[in-house]
Amino acid sequence: MRIAAQPEYAGSASLRRIAGYGPAIVLLVTLVLLWELAVRASQISPRLLPSPFSIVQALFDNWDVISGHTLQTLLETVIGLGIATLLGLTLAVLLDLSPWIRRAVYPLLVISQTIPIIALAPLLVIWFGYDLAPKVIVVTLYCFFPIAVACADGLLGTDTDLLRLMQSMRASRWQILWLVRLPGAMPSFFSGLRIAATYSVTGAIVGEYVAAYRGLGLYMEEAAHSFAVVLVFAAVLVTAVLSLLLFGFVSLLERIALPWYQGAQR
Amino acid sequence: MDTDKLRLEGVTRVFRERRRTLDVLTPIDLTVAQGEFVTIIGPSGCGKSTLFNIIAGVDEPSAGRVAIDGDATTRRAGKSGYMPQQPLLLPWRTVEENVLLGLDVRHVPRKQALEQARELLKRFGLAEFAHNYPGTLSGGMRQRVALLRTVLFNASFLLLDEPFGALDALTRLSLQNWLLDLWQALHASVLFITHDVREAILLSERIYVLSARPAHILRVAEVDLPRPRLQEHLAWEQAIGLERELVALLMKEQGI
Repeated sequence: MRIAAQPEYAGSASLRRIAGYGPAIVLLVTLVLLWELAVRASQISPRLLPSPFSIVQALFDNWDVISGHTLQTLLETVIGLGIATLLGLTLAVLLDLSPWIRRAVYPLLVISQTIPIIALAPLLVIWFGYDLAPKVIVVTLYCFFPIAVACADGLLGTDTDLLRLMQSMRASRWQILWLVRLPGAMPSFFSGLRIAATYSVTGAIVGEYVAAYRGLGLYMEEAAHSFAVVLVFAAVLVTAVLSLLLFGFVSLLERIALPWYQGAQR
Repeated sequence: MDTDKLRLEGVTRVFRERRRTLDVLTPIDLTVAQGEFVTIIGPSGCGKSTLFNIIAGVDEPSAGRVAIDGDATTRRAGKSGYMPQQPLLLPWRTVEENVLLGLDVRHVPRKQALEQARELLKRFGLAEFAHNYPGTLSGGMRQRVALLRTVLFNASFLLLDEPFGALDALTRLSLQNWLLDLWQALHASVLFITHDVREAILLSERIYVLSARPAHILRVAEVDLPRPRLQEHLAWEQAIGLERELVALLMKEQGI
């Protein structure tokens, strides 16, 4: 007797995935065109509101300067996001150790998110100087929370029947965590990480805005002070692209790490 | 040497929630001899799964004695292969990795565990699915994989909790035959839960009929059919007689 496994439509799935972005691209292009037309048709000074075309033009013209700042920001972001990931995972496992720890620590985590980080950033500069550290800390503060919460929820969502099965096999608490609960929490972890990745660049820029030698935040601030609006927009454009790239990178990582999850999502 | 695989003596279970107490099991005596296939049937919600949890060592009885291989004192967890109603396969593990889960728990080296899993899959006709993820398998296949996982963890004593309950009738028939082959090949002792009287008659040596909650044993029926069992045996006179009797008993108990 044969029972056929369902065939996998891997090829057409990735096509469908790309096609799924179609509406977003159409909307984006439409908005940019409208913006371009509005600026050209109206009497608004390009010094106040530059057209999309001139922004891209300015970006290319200043790329040798902007690229250095971009690399700095990217470095801070990636380090901060990495630390936030480790911290988030550790906190999630810690919260999971006992209901008591959860009840004690969870509120503190929520409170940590109510602190306006823009107010904290100058203090970080006072404590840690102009270098990498304060920016990395700001990124970490922005990013660890969604990771920790998503992962903790994922750990909590383990099927109780599955836990009972593991207990009947005499699995230790750590074996259950390692073999069943952590892998099962990975989809939640990755959705937290994706949210964190979108926040992360903004975090680095907030940190740089306050005090820095280099970085897109510093560049934006200096451009704004010299009324070079088009350069502010150019830096914003780079920020958006960076965030999208990080988001895409996390999604790619997820596809590689969780090949089984693609089929289950249907 | 000839101790029973499982012996329950006066096992009860009372759940206490705040001030209310709920009797789930009133004294239950039950035995499974070495290599015997024993089935428990009873109305829904009568406490069959609670009984299984106790035998599997996941829950403790409020009173009474549970002995596996004559041993009532050491921890029971790990002494049986427990298979819950849902297959509960891990979606991130391939079929062969799912099958060897129990060996991972026992710290068996991966290479050796894989060898055993592959051999078992081959022996019971699932070799071609070894590298599939469970998400790509049909319900019947998942249940087979779950059963092999149970077997690889402990082949001598299987606790199967309604393993075919969620399957369609045809798949169910083929899995029943598959289970009979497997049981015969492994000389396992099996305790099986089902709602299905025909399934119970087809598979078992002995059938325990449980009452509605609080569960006690209404009747113990020996199944007088030859081995190896075939679906045709269900049309034999003694099988039909037993089926009629057990169905009547269960319907009365369910209050229909």
